[in-house]
Amino acid sequence: MADEDVVLLDFWPSPFGMRVRIALAEKEIKYEYKEEDLRNKSDLLLKMNPIHKKIPILIHNGKPVCESLVQVQYIDEIWPHKSPLLPTDPYQRAIARFWGDFVDKKIYGLESGKVWTTKGEEQEAAKKEFIECLKLLEGELGNKAYFGGENLGYVDVVLVPFYSWFYAYEKCGNFSIETECPKLIAWAKRCMEKDSVSKSLPDQDKIYDYVLHLKKVFGIE
Amino acid sequence: MGDDEEVKVFGMWASPYSRRVELALKLKGIPYEYIEEDLSNKSALLIQHNPVHQKIPVLVHNGKSIPESLVILEYIDETWRNNPILLSQDPYDRAMARFWAKFIDEKILSTTRKVSFTTGKEQEHAIEEVTEQLKLLENEVKGKAYFGGEGIGYVDIVANFLVFWFGNLQEALGINIFSQHKFPFIFEWIQKQLKIDMVDECRIPKDKHLTYIQTRLAAFKSASK
Repeated sequence: MADEDVVLLDFWPSPFGMRVRIALAEKEIKYEYKEEDLRNKSDLLLKMNPIHKKIPILIHNGKPVCESLVQVQYIDEIWPHKSPLLPTDPYQRAIARFWGDFVDKKIYGLESGKVWTTKGEEQEAAKKEFIECLKLLEGELGNKAYFGGENLGYVDVVLVPFYSWFYAYEKCGNFSIETECPKLIAWAKRCMEKDSVSKSLPDQDKIYDYVLHLKKVFGIE
Repeated sequence: MGDDEEVKVFGMWASPYSRRVELALKLKGIPYEYIEEDLSNKSALLIQHNPVHQKIPVLVHNGKSIPESLVILEYIDETWRNNPILLSQDPYDRAMARFWAKFIDEKILSTTRKVSFTTGKEQEHAIEEVTEQLKLLENEVKGKAYFGGEGIGYVDIVANFLVFWFGNLQEALGINIFSQHKFPFIFEWIQKQLKIDMVDECRIPKDKHLTYIQTRLAAFKSASK
């Protein structure tokens, strides 16, 4: 792969950005990381993603690819030989895509945000739904080391970034995710033993500080 | 692919998500058994095949269940490799197709739900929003026979809701977001789609659909009082 030019426009606490960082690391692709200030978006960001104006944006040889699930699949297809993320069997691929979609709809849905932005009954309901969704994922993981089987796969890459946010959720929601979902936390820690994951995820304390900062900015108790 | 292929679709006649799965199967010439679901009284089989979301459509292929319409479309394309090939082999083109499919589902169809189920200022705002989103889609099909380029493909199937469903909905709502004057390229694309037999076979019967929408809106309005 000569003259590959890979740029990632990203924002350090974004779990969506983390997915792309992990995928690129798994494939051992060198890239230029550009940190965006989301309150002051760069001309490059606006030019490369005029429709959503969001990060992450993967720019490969000058051409932008947007939306993290689309980006992870693109990375897997462009560099198929190292660490394949999606299986080859169509049904297994469908299962992986289904759970990837589930993570976006349910783990990053409105409800999980409510775990740290609300209080009282609303927060309790959000916590309950959040844990239920994590338990469904635990069911899917079963006794496998990773969702991808012996190695990291698509669903692992899609889900594990949220682990960096768990400490913030626990502090704000006053609960322990490990108590409710020990298998999932064991899985997350297993993923974190891999450089591609540990070097792509920020420290949980930093995320918690960021969440506290957001709460202040938005006037959330 | 022999005679022992068993393909079932759990669907609902008025759902654009359900229709897109049927369209893909028909285009590929795959025979299937269709099971109509009553969404107010979901069957035990549907819940068994889609325990997580309990929604239609679900494709069941030789006993294997696949829910979520976009996941189903990719499964169909990867399992039955005859024409039409729905997604290009080129990774960048595939990424663009997936991007637009997501845009249709997460933006256009989601905002359309807001248009249907809100009133007053909130509805006005949703109408403005969906109009802007449709303009982006209009731009994407400008100068092309199909979203996919040369032949019907993945995005054309996902955009199938524009061929029958959306027009019926706006008539039932008494609004005019979507007209040939405002969206000439999408209308041109619709005319091409209507010439495809399989697309016409997936037509949502208009009068039945208008009645269905009006009943749902009335139920929603009385529930929100």
